[in-house]
Formats: sequence, structure tokens, C-alpha cells
Amino acid sequence: MEPRMTREEFRAIARNGLWQQNTSLVQVLGLCPLLAMTTNMVNGAMLSLATILVMVIANVAVASLRRWIPHEMRIPVFILIIAALVTVVDLLFNAWFHALYVILGIFIPLITTNCIVLARVEAFAARNPPLHSTLDGLFMGIGMLWTLSLLGALRELIAGGTLFSGIDLVLPGASALQVFPESYAGFLLAALPPGAFILLGCMIAGKNWLDARAAARKQPPPIASGHAAPLAEGT
Amino acid sequence: MTDAAPGTSAVRAPAPENALGMALRFALILFLFVLFFTSILAAVQQWTRPVIEASLAEEKMRFINEVLPPESFDNDLLADTLVLPPAPELGTKAPGTVYRARKAGQDAALVLEAVAPDGYAGEIRLLLGISADGVITGVRVIAHQETPGLGDYIDPRKDKNRKNPWINQFTGLATPQISESEWRVTKDGGRFAYRAGATVTPRAVVAAVKKAAHFAVREKARLFAPAAEASGTGNANGAAHDP
Repeated sequence: MEPRMTREEFRAIARNGLWQQNTSLVQVLGLCPLLAMTTNMVNGAMLSLATILVMVIANVAVASLRRWIPHEMRIPVFILIIAALVTVVDLLFNAWFHALYVILGIFIPLITTNCIVLARVEAFAARNPPLHSTLDGLFMGIGMLWTLSLLGALRELIAGGTLFSGIDLVLPGASALQVFPESYAGFLLAALPPGAFILLGCMIAGKNWLDARAAARKQPPPIASGHAAPLAEGT
Repeated sequence: MTDAAPGTSAVRAPAPENALGMALRFALILFLFVLFFTSILAAVQQWTRPVIEASLAEEKMRFINEVLPPESFDNDLLADTLVLPPAPELGTKAPGTVYRARKAGQDAALVLEAVAPDGYAGEIRLLLGISADGVITGVRVIAHQETPGLGDYIDPRKDKNRKNPWINQFTGLATPQISESEWRVTKDGGRFAYRAGATVTPRAVVAAVKKAAHFAVREKARLFAPAAEASGTGNANGAAHDP
């Protein structure tokens, strides 16, 4: 019952957020912003950053205030906290990243309704101390960040042959990277929502394949024992 | 891992407490939470408001500078405006703002908003700069829903031709000297290029620019009129619709 965090706890939280319980690849939550905002890498990354900010603060707030939140009315209080934080992030983006704010548009306020945020608050922050909850929000968010960035990068690369387009909205002066030659005709499907579904499907398949391979490696080759291989442990 | 917080509240709940007491207690708790988070919101809103207002003005100015070179005027464009009632020539359904650029007290140019109602996927909103002698100083697409990768080249940020984006064809055109038949895309016998894959979009933009430019030339006197005078004509019923 020590309030500090053990190494194992830290590693479990990090593993869950980044890989094992990845919001987009495993929990498959928050698909609406995922489809709409990953037309390029920068948009995907910036929406993820906004979500990380909300998740971390919401988790800290709930974990620190949980003593005063009656169990029966926790959901309205959680939504209140999340909505207030999202509005704060919305105002901050509007003030300091205005060009990006215009592009992300409705998807910043919609973070309120992103089930990932409520899910982590309800499933983790309401039961764990602030430090653990902060890290959970952070790693869940980073899990979303790398997934959305990769998906955005794949989509813009396939659709238009570029990477980092729109980076000038975040870092003035920087410019997009033309990966394929200018003559690349582009593959429109990748820029449209169906392309996002198809590529997300490929990424989920890729993750499952990596997991299966890792599991097979760990397990010693079945010796002449008559037992069937144990089922993969569910998480 | 730690003290069981949800457990304690779950245990506390069935304790003997009448419904009214419970409702009052919950209402009070919720009220305190609302109070706390609303004050945070109010503080952040107060703090960011000047920055947001500045960045909104800056964004407007950036768009305006794209259609009108900053050296061509010396007045405060954002202050010298005229609110125009909806005009069919501009395709506007809501009152629009006209920015009047003046240099050394002389009328220099107008920046006005036009809408192409017939884009491939709905309205295309344009910002048009036109000098006092009818030369188009620039056109920019402010908002559109054209297909990404096909029709969105009307927006120079999406145009693959970075050096000479499609929309720049309008820059420098002297409206009065262009004949009616030239105001079309080349496919229809006009002078404006288009990109393979999307002709509906450029047609809509060309038509909207044509109408708006002719409107600006024809209504020049009224559009440049100083604020007091302009509001006088604006009050005359249907002034914008008179030919």
C-alpha cells in the first residue's frame, strides 16, 4: 500500500497505453475524429496532442477529486470536468494555434464526447492515485498520438506523395516534404474516409501479426506433450 | 494498490439517508463542482480573449493581404468597412462585409466576399480584391467542400502547382477589358485553364468571380462611399438589387 509507484506498475501502464490497450488499434475508440483528422500527419498529431492534454488533466483532476465524487453521480461530474477542460484547451488553441484551430474545427470541442477520455477517467482515474492516473492519461494519449500520426503519414503519402504537409501551421517557416516526385498522380482513396478505414484495418492486422509472432517466439515449440496450446490470455 | 475509493462510496451509499437528504447532498456537490470549473473557464476566457481577438484580426488581415498587396493601401482596412445586404451578384445570402482600401485619401481597391453557389459539393466562398479601376488584385478561396485531391486545387494551399497556383489566373485581369465569352474555362471556349478531373469547380469559381468583379465595377461609387453616406444608401430599400 505504498503511495509511490513501483517499476512494474509504471511498465504496465506504459505497455497498456502504447501497445496492449492502444486506443485506436485495440480498443478502437474515437473513430470519428480518427477518420476526419488523419488526412495528414500534422493534423492527426495535433488532434492527438489536444486529446493528450485533456486526458492527462482530466485524469489528474478525477484522481485527486475522487474522494468527493459520490459514486452514484460520478458520470455527470466526470463529463463536467472533461467538458470544462476541453473548453480550456479549445480556447488555448484558438489563441495560440489559430490556423490549426480553424482546421481542427469542431473536432476539438468533440473531444468531450470522445469515449477514450471518459473511458480512462471511469476505468482508471476513478480507482487510482493521481500519479498513476497522470501516466495512464499520458501513455494512452501517446498511444493515440503514434497511431494517428502513422495513419496520417500513410494517408498523405499514398494520397499525395508528401509528408508533414501543413507543418507550417505549427512551425512557421517549415515546409512539407515531397517524398514521391511531383509527377506522382496520387491515390485519392487514401485521402477519403474509406481509405482511412482500410489503412486502419491494415494497421490492426499488422499489430495482431506482430503480437502473434511475439507470442509464438516466447512459447517453446510444442514438445510431444498431448496438451492443446493454451488460449491466448485475454486482456 | 491504494485505498479503495469507489469501494468506500459504494459502502456509504446504502447508509440510512432519506431521498430528500440525498438529493440535496448531490445537488450541493454538483453545484460546487460546477462553480469551481465554471470559474476556471471564466478565468481562461478572460485571459485568452485579447489574444483570440488579435489572432482573428490577424487572420482576416492575412487573407486580405493575399488578395490585395499591403503596399497598395495605407488606411486601416478592418475599420473602413461597409456592410452589404445580400446581393445576387455576389451570391451572398447573408450580409457581407466590404473592406475599402484607400491610399493617400484616394480610393484604391475593394475587398469583398463572394459565394459560388454551384460548386461540386455546395458553396465555395471566395474573397476578391479589385482595384478602383477594375483590375482584379487577387482571389482566394476561404471555404469550400470540394473533393480532396480533385477539385480542391482552387485553394492554393492544396494546389500541387506551388509556383503558379490555379487561382492566380485571376490576378491582374482588367475586368472591363474581358469579353463575356472569355469568362469561361478553356473547355467551354474561355480563357481560364482548369485541371483534369474537375471542371464543375473551376466553372463555378470563374462564374462567381465574373459576377462579383462586374458588380464591384458597376457599384464602385456606392461601395467606396464613406461610412456615413454609405449607410444612407444602404437604408434605401433594395439598393443592392437595382441594376
